[in-house]
Amino acid sequence: MTLKKLGAALVGAVVPLVAVLLWQLAASLEWINPHILPSPWAVFKKWYEYATPLLPYDPAQGSYTKWLFSGELMVDSVSSLYRVLVGFGIGAGLALPLGLMMGASNKVNAIFNPLVQILRPIPPIAYIPLSILWFGLGNPPAIFLIAIGAFFPVLMNTIAGVRQVDSIYIRAARNLGVDQLTMFTKVMLPAATPYILSGARIGMGTAFIVVIVSEMIAVNNGLGFRILEAREYFWSDKIIAGMFSIGLIGLAIDTLMSRLNNHLLRWHRGLEN
Amino acid sequence: MSQISVQNVQKVFKTPGDDVIALRDINLEISAGQFVCLLGPSGCGKSTLLNAVAGFSLPTAGKILVNNQPVIEPGPDRGMVFQEYALFPWMTVAQNIAFGLKVKKVSPTEIEAKVASLLEKLKLKEFRNRYPKDLSGGMRQRVAIARVLALDSPIMLMDEPFGALDALTRRSLQDELLKIWQEFGKTILFVTHSIEESIYLADRIVVLTYRPGTIKQDVMVTMSRPRDASSAEFNALKRELSLMVMEEQQRHEAVEMAGLTTD
Repeated sequence: MTLKKLGAALVGAVVPLVAVLLWQLAASLEWINPHILPSPWAVFKKWYEYATPLLPYDPAQGSYTKWLFSGELMVDSVSSLYRVLVGFGIGAGLALPLGLMMGASNKVNAIFNPLVQILRPIPPIAYIPLSILWFGLGNPPAIFLIAIGAFFPVLMNTIAGVRQVDSIYIRAARNLGVDQLTMFTKVMLPAATPYILSGARIGMGTAFIVVIVSEMIAVNNGLGFRILEAREYFWSDKIIAGMFSIGLIGLAIDTLMSRLNNHLLRWHRGLEN
Repeated sequence: MSQISVQNVQKVFKTPGDDVIALRDINLEISAGQFVCLLGPSGCGKSTLLNAVAGFSLPTAGKILVNNQPVIEPGPDRGMVFQEYALFPWMTVAQNIAFGLKVKKVSPTEIEAKVASLLEKLKLKEFRNRYPKDLSGGMRQRVAIARVLALDSPIMLMDEPFGALDALTRRSLQDELLKIWQEFGKTILFVTHSIEESIYLADRIVVLTYRPGTIKQDVMVTMSRPRDASSAEFNALKRELSLMVMEEQQRHEAVEMAGLTTD
């Protein structure tokens, strides 16, 4: 089993390794201008530099963990993640109850649906000018944009999730004598979870796109800010190092979301393994 | 005094074309502890009648009394077992059985005791923490029965509960249901289109006609239990009921052929 896994990992590693080797070869043979595309080794060195703390460890300055996270990459990653989590929390936190109500009640849907339909096609990026006018620079406009980005996918999927709840569950619950509130929290909500979670995953993806864009515009730290800053100094190695960092964090977030998904939906038919 | 009293019940479904009379002039008195089967071909309105008693879909005319109270909505005094099991897939076996009790705000210790005894009785002990997706059809239906038994409802309504099961599982669940019925003294209203099943189980078989659904025949079954499906008495009744049901089935098919319905 482990041997099989190892084999699969080796097969998967072939293409990236070949790509990196070709890239290094092209750089070593000076086929390409290192300012345009630096060698992978240069990118790796820069990445290490970017990730490690600037000053040597000094116990007088605080704990070891604090020192470990004082590197520029760590500070940037933590600020970006903070914005994603807060923005996503606000966006999804507002979308979930609204979506549950819109899905369950035609009346509530009739009231909110027109506005939702008008606002939904506006890409979150288009809110940038307004967000800066309203909130100035710094975290608030970035979090606002991320919240908008996360809001609509979660809302739309929650509505769809509640709508598709099999009526047999509702009938069974009514037969057991449940009241409206219990019907909502113990029957409709769990029955809609598969949809809600896939909405959350899309919303998280959008939040991650929006955080990078908003950092390029509204704040002066974070991964998005850093790669734009590096461009000004023509540090292409740092741009690429930053891009890979963004990719790895995105992968980590998606993996965590998928784990959460599998845990919350362990009862679900589609997830047998 | 009868426990379930169906009086002049009529049910009309409005469709864009014309109205379908699903039930007409149904009168039925069922006394406490009786095991009654509603028998007939599909489209005869037997499930419609069951849903009316359950309170899911009220009659358009006439009334239904349960313990002298008119039925206006579904309730835990009439526990229902559905053909599609209708277990909550996000709850474990034990949680499914406990759910109705939690809704009733029964104390946790009492719930635990009751769930444990039902798990034992329905041979589900090893499955208490499994989710429905991991259970076979027969097991799921055991859980659904346990969920209704937990409610202590005097009446059990069963809508072709064993229709989706294989013959052997079906037979063993029928035996188990009879045991439960005798032990708990429930009144059971059981919908089926299997003639054999109705004879094997019921005290009384109500045969319905195909559209509009009316009562064609009300047959008392007096054979002692356990009933032997190969006995002469069993087969004589089976022949008699087959004739009646097939007559309705042929009307059903004739109507279908004529293209008057897509049912």
